[in-house]
Amino acid sequence: MDDKIVTKGLNAYFGDVHAVKGIDIRIPKNAITAIIGPSGCGKSTLIRCMNRMHEVVRGARVTGEVLLDGKNIYSSQTDPVLVRTKVGMVFQKPNPFPTMSIYDNVVAGLRLNGEKDWKRLDATVERSLKLAALWDEVKHQLDASGVSISGGQQQRLCIARALAVQPEALLLDEPCSALDPIATAKIEDLLFDLKDKYTIIIVTHNMQQAARVADFTAFMYMGELIEFGATKKIFESPDKELTEKYITGRFG
Amino acid sequence: MNTYEYRKLKNTLASGLALACVILALIPLIYILAGVVAKGAPALSWEFLTSRTAGTGESGEGIGNAIVGTLLLVLYASLIGLPVGILTGIYVSEYGNNRFGTTVRFFNDVLANFPSIVVGLLAYALVVAYLNVGFSLIAGAVALSIIMIPIVANTTEEALRMVPNSLREGALALGVPRWRTVLKVMLVSGRAGIVTGALLAIARIAGETAPLLLTAFYSSYWSLSPTEPIASLPLTIFRNYNSPSEVLLQQAWGAALVLIMIVLTLNIGVRLFTRQKTRKSKVVRKKWTTRLSRRD
Amino acid sequence: MASGKGSRLRGKPLKFGGDLVFEYTVMAVATLTLVLVWLLVVRMVFDAQLSIERFGFGFLIGGDWDPNRDIYGALPFVFGTLVTTGIAVLIGVPLSIGIATYLSELAPPWSKGPLSFVVELLAAVPSVIYGLWAMYALRPVMVDTIEPFFQSVLGWTPLFQGDPVGLDKFTAGIILAIMIIPTIASVSKEAMMAVPDSQREAALSIGATRYETTRIAVLTYSRSGIFGACILGLGRAVGETMAVTMTIGNANRVSWSLLDPGQTMASLIANNWGEAQGLQLSALIEIGLVLFIIALLVNVFARIMVGRFMSRVPATGGGL
Repeated sequence: MDDKIVTKGLNAYFGDVHAVKGIDIRIPKNAITAIIGPSGCGKSTLIRCMNRMHEVVRGARVTGEVLLDGKNIYSSQTDPVLVRTKVGMVFQKPNPFPTMSIYDNVVAGLRLNGEKDWKRLDATVERSLKLAALWDEVKHQLDASGVSISGGQQQRLCIARALAVQPEALLLDEPCSALDPIATAKIEDLLFDLKDKYTIIIVTHNMQQAARVADFTAFMYMGELIEFGATKKIFESPDKELTEKYITGRFG
Repeated sequence: MNTYEYRKLKNTLASGLALACVILALIPLIYILAGVVAKGAPALSWEFLTSRTAGTGESGEGIGNAIVGTLLLVLYASLIGLPVGILTGIYVSEYGNNRFGTTVRFFNDVLANFPSIVVGLLAYALVVAYLNVGFSLIAGAVALSIIMIPIVANTTEEALRMVPNSLREGALALGVPRWRTVLKVMLVSGRAGIVTGALLAIARIAGETAPLLLTAFYSSYWSLSPTEPIASLPLTIFRNYNSPSEVLLQQAWGAALVLIMIVLTLNIGVRLFTRQKTRKSKVVRKKWTTRLSRRD
Repeated sequence: MASGKGSRLRGKPLKFGGDLVFEYTVMAVATLTLVLVWLLVVRMVFDAQLSIERFGFGFLIGGDWDPNRDIYGALPFVFGTLVTTGIAVLIGVPLSIGIATYLSELAPPWSKGPLSFVVELLAAVPSVIYGLWAMYALRPVMVDTIEPFFQSVLGWTPLFQGDPVGLDKFTAGIILAIMIIPTIASVSKEAMMAVPDSQREAALSIGATRYETTRIAVLTYSRSGIFGACILGLGRAVGETMAVTMTIGNANRVSWSLLDPGQTMASLIANNWGEAQGLQLSALIEIGLVLFIIALLVNVFARIMVGRFMSRVPATGGGL
């Protein structure tokens, strides 16, 4: 299986705080990879390095390489703006644009690129909302404000918005932690359908979610990658003792 | 140029434009300061600062009486405006969680937004006309105090609002009566905010002209009398700014320089003081609780 | 002495001696603000009676101000106020939003504090000094460069007719713009800084540039606060007296050309106070009343719009 994203010696800092320490990880293509670990272990920071969102925070910096399809996204010629269209992100708290309608939220990325043809926009809206399993629920209220729908629906709207720019990979940072179990289940279901076309990385503090959803799992602790492998192996027969302790709930 | 390059270009242009706006806004400020200093400085001398201004037809040598006038106006205005403003601020902050308090707040905002010429009209009606005092120092001081009151009330209220409730509750739980609690809170924790508010208000009224036009009018003589018209720095500028006489024009620039120095010193001083204060605030809070428990 | 327990009871607390005196004293003083406002309104209406009875509602659209014939009308001055305020807003708002954007989104962190302070210093400069500066520094630039330029480009419109003298509505408008920039910029900046970072992240994550992020995530989210800031600035411009008086040229008539002198409500009062009496005085006071009402309405509207972003307008304000 090919690797979509590969990190080499990745270190991330918030000023002097060393949040991600020397990580080498290979994220497989067209699969769901979960990143688990206790709070503060650096898993969110790690994925934010994969679409160059980490450096947006003042004082944050990155050393090492992150290869997307073999090309380093941190090379000096690479524009972060382009990286972010290739690697999309969904955040912990749903953040649709409140001043825009559902329709406008979904096509926000396309409009930035100058797309004006309403036929193409309409098609994108339908396609993206269907991929996000939201189409049937909102197709009659596309003009409604992006925040007039429920939390779970808003999060799926954010997924649709991310998918509309046709990224190759999708990063999800604890996307269900603010949602109820039913909304969570809907999102987990749609991730299954997405993995045929997209490489998905999901950060979660919920081990059961990782076990349900992910093909591969990475366990992080205190900024380091402790273990990475097929989900079944990580949960049933981990190599490292630390991993086993976490899985069995000894800490975190 | 494709879409992507176009977007990058827009980004660069927009950032440049925003910075340009900042620079554009700073140009008048620097230009004014430089101009006032350049034109006013040559006029400054001991004689200039201590002689009185010109009357109509004669030539006076300086702006001494205008400086004294401004100081007196500010002093009298503060005597009225500071207590009223501070007490109003105390009321709104400590006792104002009711309809009356909201009403006071609303009217305070209305008062704050009076055009200054309208304030002049009010003071004219009250003091010059109704009390029949005529154009006078006291009328001018009343006008300025009306401008001061909402400013001081606002800053006092905010200073007191920032004091955590735990301090008040701690004192009350110790049996300290409410009014002493309020005074202690005000004098100790709220002191910085109240003082800075007062200084900013003073800086503001020192430069007011319009209300004085209608109330204190002007005088070319040394005067300490509350019931006589009095000179002031802003009015010295206004009377002489388009004068054909070089001497009088010089007085305007000199007055402008003195006035802007007073205003800037107060503003910058307050700013530096508040910057220091935020570092000291933790220490102050500790002293406050120990002081209260001694029940002095 | 009131016990601590007494004053923590819900409902009417027990108060004794010192507490009662203090509270009522403070409340009495606070009432002064109400008294002052009502006093003003009552007094002004009373003093304007003469003029109100004489001219009625026609006062507002009367275009003549003639002390010789004792005929007065507010139109030229309402017009002058509208025009100068309009110019001020037209120039001031874009600049202020640019400044607010820079201070909120683009400036390096170490510079935000000092730069904000310096912009606010613009508000601390007394109005009369703005007028003085306008007379000797701005006016020559207007006469030599800016006004001829506009006349060459837009001279065919009624807005730029006549000879540029420099003391006219255009110059007054420009100095007003400079004076309201700190108000609009600082309130807008606060509104923009209140936009949560999650919004910016949302825009960045779909591949927006910094400028696009500001446009779709920040400016839209804070637009009601920014609008309120503009109205606040407008309110300041309406009431501004000295700098306008010193630059507008003192002509009591309606004239469409920006290069012609004019008069605002505030500058009319400032210019004519000393000599006015009788009916003229009453008319002036009626003008004051109109000015007061307009400023009041604008400011109330502004506060509604600014709402949760700022509860108070900054205390520093240049002399008006």
